[in-house]
Amino acid sequence: MLNPQLALYDEELTEIREVADRLHQDSRARTILIVDKNGQLIAASGVDAELDTTSLSSLVAGNVAATGGIAKLIEEEEFTGQYHEGKEISVHMTIVARRIILVVLFDKNTTQGLVRLRVKKANEALTGIFDALAAKPKGAQEDVFKEITDEDIDNLFGP
Amino acid sequence: MSFINYSAREINFKVVYYGPGLCGKTTNLEWIYKVSKPEAKGKMVSLATETERTLFFDFLPLDLGEIRGFKTRFHLYTVPGQVFYDASRKLILRGVDGVCFVADSQDARMDANLESLENLRHNLEEQGFNLDELPYVVQYNKRDMPEVLPVAELSPSLNPTQVPEFEAVAIDGTGVFETLKGLARQVIQKQRGS
Ligand SMILES: Nc1nc2c(ncn2[C@@H]2O[C@H](COP(=O)(O)OP(=O)(O)O)[C@@H](O)[C@H]2O)c(=O)[nH]1
Ligand SMILES: [Mg+2]
Repeated sequence: MLNPQLALYDEELTEIREVADRLHQDSRARTILIVDKNGQLIAASGVDAELDTTSLSSLVAGNVAATGGIAKLIEEEEFTGQYHEGKEISVHMTIVARRIILVVLFDKNTTQGLVRLRVKKANEALTGIFDALAAKPKGAQEDVFKEITDEDIDNLFGP
Repeated sequence: MSFINYSAREINFKVVYYGPGLCGKTTNLEWIYKVSKPEAKGKMVSLATETERTLFFDFLPLDLGEIRGFKTRFHLYTVPGQVFYDASRKLILRGVDGVCFVADSQDARMDANLESLENLRHNLEEQGFNLDELPYVVQYNKRDMPEVLPVAELSPSLNPTQVPEFEAVAIDGTGVFETLKGLARQVIQKQRGS
Protein backbone atom coordinates (compact mmCIF):
# COMPACT_ATOMS: atom_id res chain seq x y z
CA MET A 1 0.00 0.00 0.00
CA LEU A 2 1.10 3.54 -0.68
CA ASN A 3 1.17 4.78 2.88
CA PRO A 4 2.03 2.11 5.39
CA GLN A 5 1.05 2.79 8.96
CA LEU A 6 3.26 5.24 10.75
CA ALA A 7 4.36 4.22 14.23
CA LEU A 8 6.67 6.47 16.17
CA TYR A 9 8.38 5.66 19.45
CA ASP A 10 10.07 7.88 22.05
CA GLU A 11 13.41 7.46 20.37
CA GLU A 12 12.41 8.85 16.97
CA LEU A 13 10.07 11.43 18.38
CA THR A 14 12.82 12.84 20.53
CA GLU A 15 15.07 13.11 17.50
CA ILE A 16 12.31 14.69 15.41
CA ARG A 17 11.51 17.21 18.13
CA GLU A 18 15.18 18.10 18.39
CA VAL A 19 15.28 18.85 14.67
CA ALA A 20 12.16 20.99 15.00
CA ASP A 21 13.54 22.90 17.98
CA ARG A 22 16.88 23.48 16.30
CA LEU A 23 15.20 24.71 13.13
CA HIS A 24 12.95 26.96 15.18
CA GLN A 25 15.97 28.58 16.82
CA ASP A 26 18.37 28.73 13.89
CA SER A 27 15.84 30.07 11.40
CA ARG A 28 14.32 32.55 13.88
CA ALA A 29 10.91 31.41 12.64
CA ARG A 30 7.75 31.61 14.72
CA THR A 31 6.54 28.06 14.42
CA ILE A 32 7.69 24.74 13.03
CA LEU A 33 5.24 21.92 12.29
CA ILE A 34 6.12 18.45 11.15
CA VAL A 35 3.06 16.89 9.57
CA ASP A 36 2.35 13.49 8.08
CA LYS A 37 1.09 13.70 4.47
CA ASN A 38 -2.28 12.45 5.70
CA GLY A 39 -2.65 15.55 7.82
CA GLN A 40 -1.63 14.27 11.23
CA LEU A 41 0.68 16.38 13.33
CA ILE A 42 3.87 14.60 14.37
CA ALA A 43 5.84 17.29 16.17
CA ALA A 44 5.91 21.04 16.61
CA SER A 45 8.07 23.79 17.99
CA GLY A 46 7.14 27.36 18.88
CA VAL A 47 3.40 26.81 19.09
CA ASP A 48 1.37 29.28 21.13
CA ALA A 49 -2.00 28.46 22.61
CA GLU A 50 -4.03 30.22 19.94
CA LEU A 51 -2.64 28.24 17.05
CA ASP A 52 -5.00 25.46 15.99
CA THR A 53 -2.35 22.97 14.91
CA THR A 54 -4.85 20.20 14.16
CA SER A 55 -6.79 22.23 11.59
CA LEU A 56 -3.59 23.66 10.23
CA SER A 57 -2.08 20.22 9.72
CA SER A 58 -5.13 18.96 7.87
CA LEU A 59 -5.22 22.02 5.61
CA VAL A 60 -1.49 21.86 4.90
CA ALA A 61 -1.86 18.22 3.90
CA GLY A 62 -4.86 19.06 1.72
CA ASN A 63 -2.90 21.82 0.07
CA VAL A 64 0.12 19.62 -0.58
CA ALA A 65 -2.13 16.85 -1.90
CA ALA A 66 -3.83 19.31 -4.26
CA THR A 67 -0.59 20.74 -5.63
CA GLY A 68 0.70 17.19 -5.94
CA GLY A 69 -2.37 16.46 -8.04
CA ILE A 70 -1.63 19.49 -10.20
CA ALA A 71 1.97 18.34 -10.64
CA LYS A 72 0.77 14.96 -11.81
CA LEU A 73 -1.63 16.49 -14.34
CA ILE A 74 1.08 18.61 -15.92
CA GLU A 75 3.50 15.70 -15.69
CA GLU A 76 5.79 17.47 -13.35
CA GLU A 77 7.37 15.41 -10.63
CA GLU A 78 6.02 16.33 -7.23
CA PHE A 79 6.65 19.99 -6.31
CA THR A 80 9.08 19.72 -3.46
CA GLY A 81 8.26 23.02 -1.83
CA GLN A 82 5.75 25.83 -1.56
CA TYR A 83 5.90 29.34 -0.32
CA HIS A 84 3.07 31.68 0.58
CA GLU A 85 3.85 35.25 1.47
CA GLY A 86 1.52 37.10 3.81
CA LYS A 87 1.56 40.63 5.17
CA GLU A 88 2.62 39.54 8.63
CA ILE A 89 3.34 35.86 8.42
CA SER A 90 4.65 33.74 5.59
CA VAL A 91 4.51 29.99 5.19
CA HIS A 92 7.19 27.72 3.81
CA MET A 93 6.39 24.05 3.17
CA THR A 94 8.76 21.29 2.12
CA ILE A 95 8.15 17.62 1.46
CA VAL A 96 10.60 15.42 3.30
CA ALA A 97 11.31 11.75 2.62
CA ARG A 98 8.22 11.72 0.38
CA ARG A 99 5.80 11.34 3.27
CA ILE A 100 6.37 14.21 5.69
CA ILE A 101 5.64 17.92 5.34
CA LEU A 102 7.90 20.37 7.08
CA VAL A 103 6.04 23.64 7.70
CA VAL A 104 7.69 26.89 8.78
CA LEU A 105 5.67 29.95 9.79
CA PHE A 106 7.79 33.07 9.96
CA ASP A 107 7.54 36.84 10.20
CA LYS A 108 9.76 39.92 9.76
CA ASN A 109 12.08 38.58 12.44
CA THR A 110 13.87 36.56 9.78
CA THR A 111 14.19 36.28 6.01
CA GLN A 112 13.07 33.77 3.46
CA GLY A 113 16.73 33.16 2.59
CA LEU A 114 17.67 32.17 6.12
CA VAL A 115 14.58 30.01 6.46
CA ARG A 116 15.41 28.18 3.25
CA LEU A 117 18.98 27.60 4.29
CA ARG A 118 18.01 26.15 7.68
CA VAL A 119 15.18 24.11 6.19
CA LYS A 120 17.68 22.43 3.93
CA LYS A 121 19.68 21.26 6.93
CA ALA A 122 16.59 20.13 8.80
CA ASN A 123 15.40 18.30 5.71
CA GLU A 124 18.59 16.24 5.62
CA ALA A 125 18.33 15.39 9.30
CA LEU A 126 14.67 14.39 9.03
CA THR A 127 15.29 12.32 5.91
CA GLY A 128 17.86 10.36 7.88
CA ILE A 129 15.44 9.76 10.73
CA PHE A 130 12.52 8.68 8.52
CA ASP A 131 14.68 6.50 6.28
CA ALA A 132 16.01 4.72 9.36
CA LEU A 133 12.45 4.33 10.63
CA ALA A 134 11.33 2.81 7.34
CA ALA A 135 14.20 0.32 7.50
CA LYS A 136 13.45 -0.66 11.10
CA PRO A 137 11.98 -4.14 11.55
CA LYS A 138 8.32 -4.00 12.57
CA GLY A 139 6.89 -5.39 15.76
CA ALA A 140 10.05 -5.07 17.78
CA GLN A 141 8.17 -2.96 20.30
CA GLU A 142 5.04 -3.55 22.33
CA ASP A 143 1.79 -3.87 20.45
CA VAL A 144 -0.94 -2.79 22.84
CA PHE A 145 -3.61 -3.07 20.21
CA LYS A 146 -3.41 -6.84 20.03
CA GLU A 147 -4.95 -6.99 23.48
CA ILE A 148 -7.95 -4.79 22.86
CA THR A 149 -11.28 -6.49 23.57
CA ASP A 150 -14.69 -5.75 22.05
CA GLU A 151 -15.65 -4.44 25.45
CA ASP A 152 -12.84 -1.87 25.33
CA ILE A 153 -14.21 -0.65 22.02
CA ASP A 154 -17.78 -0.44 23.33
CA ASN A 155 -16.59 1.56 26.31
CA LEU A 156 -15.21 4.22 24.01
CA PHE A 157 -18.64 5.56 23.26
CA GLY A 158 -19.77 5.52 26.84
CA PRO A 159 -22.87 3.78 28.17
CA MET B 1 -3.19 5.10 7.49
CA SER B 2 -3.25 5.16 11.22
CA PHE B 3 -0.54 7.01 13.05
CA ILE B 4 0.52 5.63 16.42
CA ASN B 5 2.44 7.93 18.68
CA TYR B 6 3.87 5.72 21.42
CA SER B 7 5.49 8.69 23.05
CA ALA B 8 2.30 10.71 23.51
CA ARG B 9 0.32 7.46 23.80
CA GLU B 10 -2.19 8.30 21.13
CA ILE B 11 -3.45 6.74 17.96
CA ASN B 12 -4.95 8.62 15.01
CA PHE B 13 -7.26 7.22 12.38
CA LYS B 14 -8.64 8.76 9.20
CA VAL B 15 -12.18 7.94 8.08
CA VAL B 16 -14.00 9.31 5.06
CA TYR B 17 -17.71 9.90 4.44
CA TYR B 18 -18.38 9.23 0.76
CA GLY B 19 -21.56 9.47 -1.31
CA PRO B 20 -23.39 11.42 -4.01
CA GLY B 21 -23.90 15.18 -3.83
CA LEU B 22 -26.43 16.37 -1.23
CA CYS B 23 -26.87 12.94 0.40
CA GLY B 24 -26.00 14.41 3.81
CA LYS B 25 -22.28 13.80 4.39
CA THR B 26 -21.58 17.29 5.69
CA THR B 27 -24.75 17.11 7.79
CA ASN B 28 -23.42 13.95 9.51
CA LEU B 29 -20.26 15.81 10.55
CA GLU B 30 -22.21 18.88 11.61
CA TRP B 31 -24.35 16.76 13.91
CA ILE B 32 -21.34 15.02 15.42
CA TYR B 33 -19.74 18.41 15.96
CA LYS B 34 -22.88 19.85 17.50
CA VAL B 35 -23.37 17.19 20.16
CA SER B 36 -19.76 16.29 21.00
CA LYS B 37 -18.29 17.65 24.20
CA PRO B 38 -16.05 20.69 23.68
CA GLU B 39 -12.99 18.86 25.05
CA ALA B 40 -13.52 15.95 22.64
CA LYS B 41 -13.67 17.90 19.41
CA GLY B 42 -11.47 20.24 17.46
CA LYS B 43 -12.62 22.90 15.07
CA MET B 44 -14.68 21.78 12.09
CA VAL B 45 -13.06 22.95 8.88
CA SER B 46 -15.22 23.21 5.76
CA LEU B 47 -13.75 24.10 2.41
CA ALA B 48 -16.99 25.01 0.70
CA THR B 49 -18.27 27.14 -2.16
CA GLU B 50 -20.28 30.29 -1.51
CA THR B 51 -23.44 28.21 -1.75
CA GLU B 52 -22.21 25.86 0.99
CA ARG B 53 -21.47 22.97 -1.31
CA THR B 54 -18.35 21.07 -0.28
CA LEU B 55 -15.51 22.18 -2.56
CA PHE B 56 -12.62 20.12 -1.27
CA PHE B 57 -13.42 18.54 2.08
CA ASP B 58 -14.91 18.96 5.53
CA PHE B 59 -12.69 17.96 8.40
CA LEU B 60 -13.53 17.23 12.03
CA PRO B 61 -11.05 15.87 14.57
CA LEU B 62 -12.75 13.88 17.32
CA ASP B 63 -11.40 12.21 20.45
CA LEU B 64 -13.33 9.07 21.24
CA GLY B 65 -11.66 8.49 24.59
CA GLU B 66 -8.99 6.10 25.81
CA ILE B 67 -8.35 2.45 25.13
CA ARG B 68 -5.81 0.86 27.42
CA GLY B 69 -4.23 4.20 28.13
CA PHE B 70 -4.11 5.23 24.48
CA LYS B 71 -5.97 8.31 23.37
CA THR B 72 -8.06 7.32 20.35
CA ARG B 73 -8.50 10.12 17.86
CA PHE B 74 -10.52 10.02 14.66
CA HIS B 75 -10.08 12.45 11.82
CA LEU B 76 -13.39 12.60 9.96
CA TYR B 77 -13.42 13.80 6.36
CA THR B 78 -16.16 14.24 3.77
CA VAL B 79 -15.62 14.38 0.04
CA PRO B 80 -17.33 16.71 -2.44
CA GLY B 81 -20.10 14.67 -4.03
CA GLN B 82 -20.51 16.24 -7.45
CA VAL B 83 -19.20 14.16 -10.31
CA PHE B 84 -16.77 16.79 -11.57
CA TYR B 85 -14.80 16.90 -8.31
CA ASP B 86 -13.37 13.44 -8.87
CA ALA B 87 -9.72 14.50 -8.65
CA SER B 88 -10.33 15.96 -5.18
CA ARG B 89 -12.13 12.83 -4.02
CA LYS B 90 -9.14 10.70 -4.94
CA LEU B 91 -6.82 12.89 -2.89
CA ILE B 92 -9.02 12.65 0.18
CA LEU B 93 -9.11 8.85 0.04
CA ARG B 94 -5.34 8.68 0.45
CA GLY B 95 -4.28 6.96 3.61
CA VAL B 96 -7.86 6.21 4.65
CA ASP B 97 -8.51 3.74 7.50
CA GLY B 98 -12.26 3.35 7.00
CA VAL B 99 -15.13 4.52 4.80
CA CYS B 100 -18.79 5.30 5.41
CA PHE B 101 -20.91 5.33 2.27
CA VAL B 102 -23.83 7.68 2.78
CA ALA B 103 -26.70 6.85 0.44
CA ASP B 104 -29.62 9.15 -0.25
CA SER B 105 -32.70 6.98 0.35
CA GLN B 106 -34.89 8.90 -2.10
CA ASP B 107 -36.11 6.97 -5.09
CA ALA B 108 -34.96 9.69 -7.47
CA ARG B 109 -31.37 9.47 -6.16
CA MET B 110 -30.86 5.75 -6.74
CA ASP B 111 -28.82 6.24 -9.92
CA ALA B 112 -26.65 8.85 -8.21
CA ASN B 113 -26.04 6.43 -5.33
CA LEU B 114 -25.01 3.64 -7.65
CA GLU B 115 -22.71 5.89 -9.63
CA SER B 116 -21.04 7.20 -6.48
CA LEU B 117 -20.57 3.71 -5.06
CA GLU B 118 -18.91 2.55 -8.25
CA ASN B 119 -16.75 5.64 -8.19
CA LEU B 120 -15.72 4.87 -4.59
CA ARG B 121 -14.65 1.36 -5.46
CA HIS B 122 -12.75 2.55 -8.49
CA ASN B 123 -10.97 5.41 -6.73
CA LEU B 124 -9.96 3.16 -3.85
CA GLU B 125 -8.49 0.69 -6.29
CA GLU B 126 -6.45 3.47 -7.82
CA GLN B 127 -4.98 4.11 -4.37
CA GLY B 128 -4.22 0.42 -3.92
CA PHE B 129 -7.18 -0.35 -1.64
CA ASN B 130 -9.89 -2.97 -2.01
CA LEU B 131 -13.24 -1.84 -0.61
CA ASP B 132 -13.97 -5.41 0.49
CA GLU B 133 -10.94 -5.41 2.76
CA LEU B 134 -11.42 -1.98 4.25
CA PRO B 135 -13.43 -1.15 7.39
CA TYR B 136 -16.66 -0.06 5.78
CA VAL B 137 -20.28 0.75 6.65
CA VAL B 138 -23.32 1.95 4.69
CA GLN B 139 -25.78 4.59 5.89
CA TYR B 140 -29.23 5.06 4.33
CA ASN B 141 -29.88 8.72 5.03
CA LYS B 142 -32.93 10.97 4.67
CA ARG B 143 -35.31 8.32 5.98
CA ASP B 144 -37.71 11.18 6.83
CA MET B 145 -38.30 12.13 3.20
CA PRO B 146 -41.60 11.17 1.56
CA GLU B 147 -40.40 9.23 -1.48
CA VAL B 148 -37.84 6.88 0.05
CA LEU B 149 -37.20 3.32 -1.02
CA PRO B 150 -37.46 0.61 1.66
CA VAL B 151 -34.10 -0.57 2.99
CA ALA B 152 -34.95 -4.06 1.77
CA GLU B 153 -34.83 -2.60 -1.71
CA LEU B 154 -31.79 -0.36 -1.26
CA SER B 155 -29.62 -2.92 0.49
CA PRO B 156 -29.17 -5.55 -2.26
CA SER B 157 -27.78 -3.00 -4.72
CA LEU B 158 -26.02 -0.55 -2.39
CA ASN B 159 -24.71 -3.09 0.08
CA PRO B 160 -24.15 -6.32 -1.85
CA THR B 161 -21.43 -7.51 0.56
CA GLN B 162 -23.71 -6.92 3.57
CA VAL B 163 -21.43 -4.79 5.71
CA PRO B 164 -23.06 -3.16 8.76
CA GLU B 165 -25.79 -0.76 7.57
CA PHE B 166 -27.67 1.99 9.35
CA GLU B 167 -30.80 4.06 8.71
CA ALA B 168 -30.41 7.74 9.43
CA VAL B 169 -31.95 11.17 9.45
CA ALA B 170 -28.78 13.21 9.68
CA ILE B 171 -30.55 16.56 10.17
CA ASP B 172 -31.95 15.42 13.52
CA GLY B 173 -29.09 13.08 14.39
CA THR B 174 -30.98 9.81 14.07
CA GLY B 175 -28.51 7.03 13.31
CA VAL B 176 -25.51 9.36 13.04
CA PHE B 177 -23.57 8.07 16.06
CA GLU B 178 -24.65 4.48 15.44
CA THR B 179 -23.04 4.78 12.02
CA LEU B 180 -19.82 6.30 13.35
CA LYS B 181 -19.64 3.73 16.12
CA GLY B 182 -20.13 0.90 13.63
CA LEU B 183 -17.27 2.23 11.56
CA ALA B 184 -14.96 3.02 14.49
CA ARG B 185 -15.46 -0.49 15.82
CA GLN B 186 -14.25 -2.02 12.56
CA VAL B 187 -11.33 0.37 12.27
CA ILE B 188 -10.07 -0.47 15.75
CA GLN B 189 -10.68 -4.19 15.26
CA LYS B 190 -8.56 -4.03 12.13
CA GLN B 191 -5.81 -2.30 14.10
CA ARG B 192 -5.97 -5.19 16.54
CA GLY B 193 -5.39 -7.49 13.62
CA SER B 194 -8.63 -9.43 13.46
N1 LIG C 1 -34.90 15.89 5.12
C1 LIG C 1 -33.60 15.64 5.29
N2 LIG C 1 -32.68 16.47 4.80
C2 LIG C 1 -31.37 16.19 5.00
C3 LIG C 1 -30.95 15.04 5.71
N3 LIG C 1 -29.59 15.04 5.74
C4 LIG C 1 -29.19 16.13 5.07
N4 LIG C 1 -30.27 16.84 4.62
C5 LIG C 1 -30.26 18.08 3.84
O1 LIG C 1 -29.74 17.81 2.54
C6 LIG C 1 -28.98 18.89 2.06
C7 LIG C 1 -27.59 18.44 1.65
O2 LIG C 1 -26.88 17.99 2.78
P1 LIG C 1 -25.30 18.02 2.86
O3 LIG C 1 -24.92 17.47 4.17
O4 LIG C 1 -24.77 19.37 2.51
O5 LIG C 1 -24.94 17.01 1.68
P2 LIG C 1 -23.49 16.57 1.15
O6 LIG C 1 -23.40 17.12 -0.23
O7 LIG C 1 -23.56 15.07 1.14
O8 LIG C 1 -22.46 17.10 2.08
C8 LIG C 1 -28.96 19.93 3.15
O9 LIG C 1 -29.95 20.89 2.87
C9 LIG C 1 -29.33 19.12 4.40
O10 LIG C 1 -29.97 19.91 5.37
C10 LIG C 1 -31.95 14.16 6.23
O11 LIG C 1 -31.69 13.13 6.85
N5 LIG C 1 -33.26 14.51 5.99
MG1 LIG D 1 -20.81 18.29 1.67
